[in-house]
Amino acid sequence: MSPGHYVALAVILFVIGAVGVLIRRNALVIFMCIELMLNAVNLAFVAFARMHGQLDGQVVAFFVMVVAAAEVVVGLAILMAIFRARRSASVDDASLLKY
Amino acid sequence: MVLAASSAESTTTAVVFWVLAIVSVGAALGMILSPRAVHCAVLLAVVMLSLAILYLTAGAPFLAAVQIIVYTGAVLMLFLFVLMIVGVSAVDSLRETIRGQRLWAGLAAIALLALLTLTVGHAAIGPAAPAGLRYGAGNVKGIAVLIFTRYFFPFEVTSALLITAALGAMVLAHRERLSPKPTQRELSRLRIAGEHPTPLPGPGTYARHNAVDFPALLPDGTPAALSVSPIISGRPGAREAVREALREAAGELPAGPARSPEPAAPAGDGTGSNGQEEPPS
Repeated sequence: MSPGHYVALAVILFVIGAVGVLIRRNALVIFMCIELMLNAVNLAFVAFARMHGQLDGQVVAFFVMVVAAAEVVVGLAILMAIFRARRSASVDDASLLKY
Repeated sequence: MVLAASSAESTTTAVVFWVLAIVSVGAALGMILSPRAVHCAVLLAVVMLSLAILYLTAGAPFLAAVQIIVYTGAVLMLFLFVLMIVGVSAVDSLRETIRGQRLWAGLAAIALLALLTLTVGHAAIGPAAPAGLRYGAGNVKGIAVLIFTRYFFPFEVTSALLITAALGAMVLAHRERLSPKPTQRELSRLRIAGEHPTPLPGPGTYARHNAVDFPALLPDGTPAALSVSPIISGRPGAREAVREALREAAGELPAGPARSPEPAAPAGDGTGSNGQEEPPS
């Protein structure tokens, strides 16, 4: 398969993840959609690494994975703190700054 | 011979790619459409595992292993742990609260898709480079050389990032105790003064099942709502099962309708706890 196919799949997955972030209201599911977008970008990096015959793209994908792991840890800790204070994981409920 | 082998291999790769592409896109669509967060997590696991196999076919065996270990193993397990704490029973209602949110999200998605398609379509994405030493067996070694030479400084910064993330998670998850810890004497006093001096009834006691979602029967034949955990009775499927069981239990007894058909509120009005508040009709 040519790298173009992989990039096309990455584009589709990225858009699906973006739609999920826009329409879902459970903060955990929004997080999962962000992970999906990061995964799609990783797939594009791997495809471009294959196209160029260089390993730099794979190294960047590796760094993206590291950053994603750190992001998930901190994000879930924030979510736990919000859940402890508000007993809800919905992003609609965390609207204290709005009023 | 070599040509035949390579064409067979490319056919296999094509079949694997198309199957995994359909599976991953379907799972991703199911993920954003499924109302239950647990189903979302499982479908995300499907997407991540199929992406790992795609990495294998794209000549990145190291990244495939890291994808399975880090994403499917660590990140998704963390998601599931938090999901269990936040509440499995929480069903995200897909009803839109902001007017026109779906419509604008759809328009933004179409615009993003068009933008990305145009960009990718204009880019000259050539065929794959001939597989050299750096793919396959030399993959891990090549990545190691790159990480420890050209990308050495970002790699070291990564360690600082990980330590900061671990510290941040500890700080955010830490809860300061504002009141002194209750002693055993205070706890027992609270228990005697409260509504339940005795332990809560276990599920299924004197009932025909001893499953955890089946409420216990009180001496007068009515089901005890307190005997089923609210986490279990809050599940969408379990509630019908419990109601059905209650109807059965009420049908074979002269006690009329069940006193509390939905055992979802353990600290509600206190009915069903001692069976003496209202006589069976």
